[in-house]
Amino acid sequence: MRNLFKIAIRNLMRYKRRTLLTASLISIGVIFVLTFTAVTTSFKNMMIGEITDSMLGHVQVHKKGYVASIDNLPLNLNLKAEQIKLIEEVLAKNTDIEAYSPRIKFGGMFSNFAETTTIRLNGIDPKKEFATTPRLTARVSSGKKELEKGEIFIPVLLSTGMGVKVGDTIVIVTTNQDGSVNGKQFKVAGILESATGPGGRDGYVHISDARELLRMDDMQVSEYAIRLKDFGKLYSFNEKMVKELSGQLNKMGKPIFEVHTWEMLTPFYHIARMITAMTFFIKLMLIAIVLISIMNVMIMAVYERIREIGTIAAIGTLPGKILSMFLIEGLCLGIIGAIIGTVLGTLIVYVLNISKITFSFAQHTGYVLTAQINPSDILTISATVIIVSVIASLQPAYKASKMEPIKALRHV
Amino acid sequence: MELVVAQDVGKDYQAGDIIVKALKKINFTLASGAFTAFVGPSGSGKTTLLNLIGCLDKPTEGKLTVAGVDVSTLDRKQSAIFRGKNIGFIFQDFNLIPVLTVYENIEYPLLMVQNVPPAEREKRVMALLAAVGMTEQKGKYPDQISGGQKQRVAIARALVINPKLVLADEPTANLDHKTAKLVIELMKKMRDELKTTFIFSTHDPKVVGEAETIFTLEDGDLETRNMNGGKKNA
Repeated sequence: MRNLFKIAIRNLMRYKRRTLLTASLISIGVIFVLTFTAVTTSFKNMMIGEITDSMLGHVQVHKKGYVASIDNLPLNLNLKAEQIKLIEEVLAKNTDIEAYSPRIKFGGMFSNFAETTTIRLNGIDPKKEFATTPRLTARVSSGKKELEKGEIFIPVLLSTGMGVKVGDTIVIVTTNQDGSVNGKQFKVAGILESATGPGGRDGYVHISDARELLRMDDMQVSEYAIRLKDFGKLYSFNEKMVKELSGQLNKMGKPIFEVHTWEMLTPFYHIARMITAMTFFIKLMLIAIVLISIMNVMIMAVYERIREIGTIAAIGTLPGKILSMFLIEGLCLGIIGAIIGTVLGTLIVYVLNISKITFSFAQHTGYVLTAQINPSDILTISATVIIVSVIASLQPAYKASKMEPIKALRHV
Repeated sequence: MELVVAQDVGKDYQAGDIIVKALKKINFTLASGAFTAFVGPSGSGKTTLLNLIGCLDKPTEGKLTVAGVDVSTLDRKQSAIFRGKNIGFIFQDFNLIPVLTVYENIEYPLLMVQNVPPAEREKRVMALLAAVGMTEQKGKYPDQISGGQKQRVAIARALVINPKLVLADEPTANLDHKTAKLVIELMKKMRDELKTTFIFSTHDPKVVGEAETIFTLEDGDLETRNMNGGKKNA
């Protein structure tokens, strides 16, 4: 095998310029894919982090059917005391959970005593909520980063639109489950920037205030937001939760709860998927580059060495060995391209990171680009290049191995 | 002992609609250790015959036995194995592998065809390098040596597997007369030392005289036999 590699390397060195050009082409492809993957992965992770850490949490538990009607914030689909107890028991014993937060979600009218508009409100236990969505307070653009009873975080949209400032008193009017209307005055504690861009109408009040406004006699919760210790365990955790809670059936024998990962709760998941799809297509382009360039080089190599192939076949080299010779040549070309591309790609990513390039997402500006190359990405891209190189060499190598020595020796 | 036996061996080629009879039912026998030349003008069938003996092609008719094996019964892989074990080739254009040194070219059949252990390989290659007078050039590449030296390397490569038979198709065609004579003398010397059968084709009358047995081919017929018996050089 060592000798096959030696012959392959020497044959590649025989046509230095061609080898250099092909290896460069492959390297450029690898550099491009690595850099693109590193940057998009960074952007995707930042986007997911922003959405989950400042709003959604990683996983949410609701009463069955709640998510389908989530736009209406249906109070009749809130979790009741018995169900809350059951969920909290399950959450308490799960060691993968870092924090969880019960929320009461409801819609209401927001008034500054002169104008009125709609608002979507989240009744939260501030301590639990801030532990579950640690970047929520980072969204407070003005005011204090704490929330006490009788206080409200209002969205920047309402603050700007209605001229409400931190410290102002506003009124929230809402309709409870029975249809009766109730109102309560709040002091604006902070102005919240939207996590997902302009248009957010979500405000936050203390969970006790929410219960008072909605005249809840017993404990009710619209959803549980959960934060995991390790985001990488999202799917296994979700599966585990579904399994644990799916056994809970109502009187009609149907499941009481539903569990969703963040992906099912925001359209931004589709953007994340689009980024993944774009990365995939960029990888496909790399495959095409490698496939075409290696195949071209190997076809030329076989054509130029027909008499040599005839000679080695005549002196008894078996077809399998001739096949291996050309496959290894393609393999070496792929390895060279992958190594150079990986080294330069990593270097470019390093330069990008030390350059501290900033960009904006949603209402936030000044995010520093932290491009990340995962070892798994390097392995996948390199392995793809190398495997494709061998595949691209297969046809020319097969042709060489099947060549009749007598015809090959006659070739001029 | 008979090494090559041809019985009514014929070879046809299709050239468009025409069938060309390259060899017409020829018969001959070659003994082991012979130093034989097939002579004749271009297109007489010399190369075709050498290709058949070398298992690079199959006869259209008749039976051709080499080293006791009916070569027309061998498939592609069996032919390759048979060649790798029993037949050494010397080509008109030397056909050395350009990316390998002189040493590596000679070593190639032992390494890539016969899988001989390293120590044995080195011993055999060095012995042949000395025998063909190329020891000092062992590290050079084919494009760094002369035509005569290339053919010496090709002879060493053909002999390194200890073949029963060496086939040389016009081995002196690309060499000047003096070098051609030296190459033929070297082949003869190797035959004497190693007792290997040499068969070569040529249309150079000055080289023909070096052969001990001469077969003349014309238009696919084996027309005459001239048995020199090696007396010319004796």
